[in-house]
Amino acid sequence: MRPYLLKGHERPLTQLKFNREGDLLFSCAKDPHPTLWYSSDGQRVGTYIGHNGAVPSCDVSLDSSRLLTASQDSSAKLWDVETGECLHTFKFQAPCRAVAFSLGEQHAAISTDAFMAQPSLIHIVKLAEDPADQESEPEISFTCPKGRISRVAFTDGNTTLLAVSEDGYVRRYDVETGKMLQEEHIHEGYIQDMQMSTDGTHFVTASLDKTAKLVDAQTLEVLKTYVTERNANSAALSPIFDHVLIGGGQEASQVTTTSSRAGRFEARFFHKIYEEEFASCRGHFGPINATAFHPDGRSFVTGGEDGYVRLHHFDNDYFSARFF
Amino acid sequence: MLPEDDDMGIESEDDEIAEEEIQTESGFGSVIVVDNLPCVSPEKYEKLLGVVTRLFSRVGTIREGGLWMPTDPETKDSLGFAFIEFLTPAEAHAAREQTNGYKLDKSHTFVVNMFDDFEKYLKVTDEYQPPAPKEYVPTDNLLEWMMDRRGRDQFVVRYGDETEVHWHDAARRQPEEVYKRTFWTESFVQWSPRGTYLATVHRQGVAVWGGPKFVRLMRFSHPGCVLIDFSPCEKYLISYSSQEPNNPREKASLTLNIFDIRNGKKLRNFTGGTEDFAVGAAAGPGGSLKWPVFKWAGGCDDKYFARLGKNAISVYETPDMGLLDKKSLKLDGVHDFAWSPAEPILCAYQTEQSGGNLPARISLVRMPDRQELRQKNLFSVSDVKMFWHPQGDYLAVRVERYTKTRKSTYSAFELFSLKERDIPMEILELPDKSEKIIDFQWEPRGNRFAILHGDGPRPTFSLYCMKDLKTTARGVQLIGTLPNKQANCMSWSPQGKFLILGGLKALNGQLEFFNADDFETLNAAEHFMCTDIDWDPTGRYVATSVTSIHQMENGYNIWLFNGELLYRTPKERFYQYLWRPRQPTLLTPEQERDILKNLKQRTKRFEEEDEALALESDAGLVAMRKKLMKDWEDWLESKREWIEQNEATRRAILGDRLQEGEFTVEQVEVEDKLGTTEELIAA
Repeated sequence: MRPYLLKGHERPLTQLKFNREGDLLFSCAKDPHPTLWYSSDGQRVGTYIGHNGAVPSCDVSLDSSRLLTASQDSSAKLWDVETGECLHTFKFQAPCRAVAFSLGEQHAAISTDAFMAQPSLIHIVKLAEDPADQESEPEISFTCPKGRISRVAFTDGNTTLLAVSEDGYVRRYDVETGKMLQEEHIHEGYIQDMQMSTDGTHFVTASLDKTAKLVDAQTLEVLKTYVTERNANSAALSPIFDHVLIGGGQEASQVTTTSSRAGRFEARFFHKIYEEEFASCRGHFGPINATAFHPDGRSFVTGGEDGYVRLHHFDNDYFSARFF
Repeated sequence: MLPEDDDMGIESEDDEIAEEEIQTESGFGSVIVVDNLPCVSPEKYEKLLGVVTRLFSRVGTIREGGLWMPTDPETKDSLGFAFIEFLTPAEAHAAREQTNGYKLDKSHTFVVNMFDDFEKYLKVTDEYQPPAPKEYVPTDNLLEWMMDRRGRDQFVVRYGDETEVHWHDAARRQPEEVYKRTFWTESFVQWSPRGTYLATVHRQGVAVWGGPKFVRLMRFSHPGCVLIDFSPCEKYLISYSSQEPNNPREKASLTLNIFDIRNGKKLRNFTGGTEDFAVGAAAGPGGSLKWPVFKWAGGCDDKYFARLGKNAISVYETPDMGLLDKKSLKLDGVHDFAWSPAEPILCAYQTEQSGGNLPARISLVRMPDRQELRQKNLFSVSDVKMFWHPQGDYLAVRVERYTKTRKSTYSAFELFSLKERDIPMEILELPDKSEKIIDFQWEPRGNRFAILHGDGPRPTFSLYCMKDLKTTARGVQLIGTLPNKQANCMSWSPQGKFLILGGLKALNGQLEFFNADDFETLNAAEHFMCTDIDWDPTGRYVATSVTSIHQMENGYNIWLFNGELLYRTPKERFYQYLWRPRQPTLLTPEQERDILKNLKQRTKRFEEEDEALALESDAGLVAMRKKLMKDWEDWLESKREWIEQNEATRRAILGDRLQEGEFTVEQVEVEDKLGTTEELIAA
């Protein structure tokens, strides 16, 4: 089916996120307005106004009532999804990059970049029942090795936190103490994205070393490697099939130096287990920065450096065809 | 580069030698001992010191306080020797070379030695100890790869830190690994011309590897070696290193070593200033040197090799590596030369001499009798380039001449037919003489040549033949010409008949597969950003590769000769693709002819085999996928307990907010009724 072209951002996209039911789509970009869309037809519901800088990531609560966004204006904001009202602002000394709600939204993790003399930090904040009682100070902040932390995720029943970083490492931290429990060097380049599988046993990472990898969430062992020949900026796992969606392409700064065909700006589908590419979907005219599967696996979105979000619904063939 | 404290299993005795030398840099490696100085009284001591200092500072820089002339503690007279420390061991070596035997006066002739040599020679015992005879170890069959039952070819690829040798498996459309090694070489790898050896280059020198397991066969010590060259019959190896000057007073120098590959002996060493070697066409931009310095004569068991000198070509003879007949071949103003690939005949080009009074000359000289077989005078020449036919049948000389105004140039080809009596020569001028010649290529094992010419971005392709095969009439003839080609280079199949017009680099990697017999394009394809085209030795397959000079698309593609893509292998940081050359054929021309005649019958068997292999590989793929799927399911199974635990905590945390079964996947079978027909079946 022809994709819906969502024009709402004027800067490169950074992350796309469906809510649990999949009827809402949140997009954030390098402009200060995270945006909410209906995922069925791509209609814009509204924007969240209040940030003053690029928004590298967001997370939505399980009941779709709260949105948490991290911004390069050194703040993270908690929003009321429905009204677009900013419920609380967490202020930090450095630009924020990754955010994640814990399971049950009792806590949230926010990562900040190294800035001035300050190292990269991960902050765990406790979220109050009533936003009015919300405390600004994080419960615990812990220092991380050099490099930006692009994505974080709570695992093991909120006891540990996974963080992927610019130096190609994935690290596991103890949420209570901030102690690093495990680290694995899985990529040779900046890890841009990490998305968990629905059952939480594994996750997929996308890195500028031109590969995406499937990693065991328990042991952090690399299970599969998808070679893309281009920077991989984002990767998503299909909730219903053994398919991996990888978005990326030639670095935006180099696009003008070669012909457009060389860029490989397609959304590419790999078989999760055979590691083989079996389909691709053209459309963006810049690298793809963000990808996401709808929770029912019947549609997917890609967001590009070009500022567009493309919302694709699979044709019926996709469900009946045998690719292998 | 090798990581610290890890030799990757390549233990090397060279390490010790090299380390010893390196260590002495801070120790006594740059110290020389000067003997036979006059013994002088304290009054004259200062004066002698001054003389010695002046003498030796001419050669190199003496370290602060690096000159010490010991004196007798009683008489205060000097003892007649001195220690001098230079800045670098190289300077010390140079000082020893230059001042040893220097006559200070009638009775004092310097004897200069390296300080380290004293210790070294003191260590040598006075008694002769015969070396223990080494036990004979039978070597592997070095030609094992030639006995592949399916006649496949090997190639080596280098990417990242890896070097890998593969079989090219055309039937299965994939490479099959033979051997791989991380950090195998420190700069590049090179096959010997007949494929027996693979050379790797290291800081300490060169190593050659071979046999079915790629064991190290020999090592050649040459610290700082950067370039190597094999002789055509794989008997000798030349290695090259250069030394940049330390200070402006010095000149760049170079070292060339010639080794016997089989016993590893260094047969001869050439050292000197780079400027002595970089003469004529051998000089690159900025006084650099073009490789190879020594060119090997063809087709005579590596008998001769030569290099260009000033007004002469120095021809050396193996195995004693001396100058042939103890004198160079005198040719005034010689600028360039090239050996025939088949015989010891060299073609030399001399520039105009004495202000244009003596014309430029091309001469064909046979070695070792130095007989001039053919010569040609040329006028108002600006440049000359020589192209030998790969089998030495022909020689084409591209001559660039000045026009009358001497402001521009035009080209013409002088074509020599070496296999005919008296070596007749023809001149070929292109219809538009002023056009730029982009590429010229002889057809291997044939008598055609292809030229790519034109000034614009889309040059013209022309094909000529030296003699008509049907009428056997001699004389160069145009077969055909095609304008507007997106190409900047040509590559013939080593068996002739087919060639590729390649538009490399700036032209985005356009490839045109061309059949010269029918003068038609077989196929046009593209390997985006392709930088190199390499035919396999049999002329059946072509590899095109994008090396790391380009950032993207690194890797290689393998094509059939007709332009059908067999497989592609992307590799990050891809550096080298090299087919392993083959040994010369053992078949007689009659046998070859016989095979050609009965080709149909013979190929049948192989076709069947290939088909079986293709089927097998399909089955293999299916089996492989099954296995992968099984492994994955097993893995998921192993996680079941963990998932349940997780689910339990999830339930505990979320409580009643968790609704069961968020999304379930249902397999639906849909039956489409296409139509119904009723038929009466006879009872």
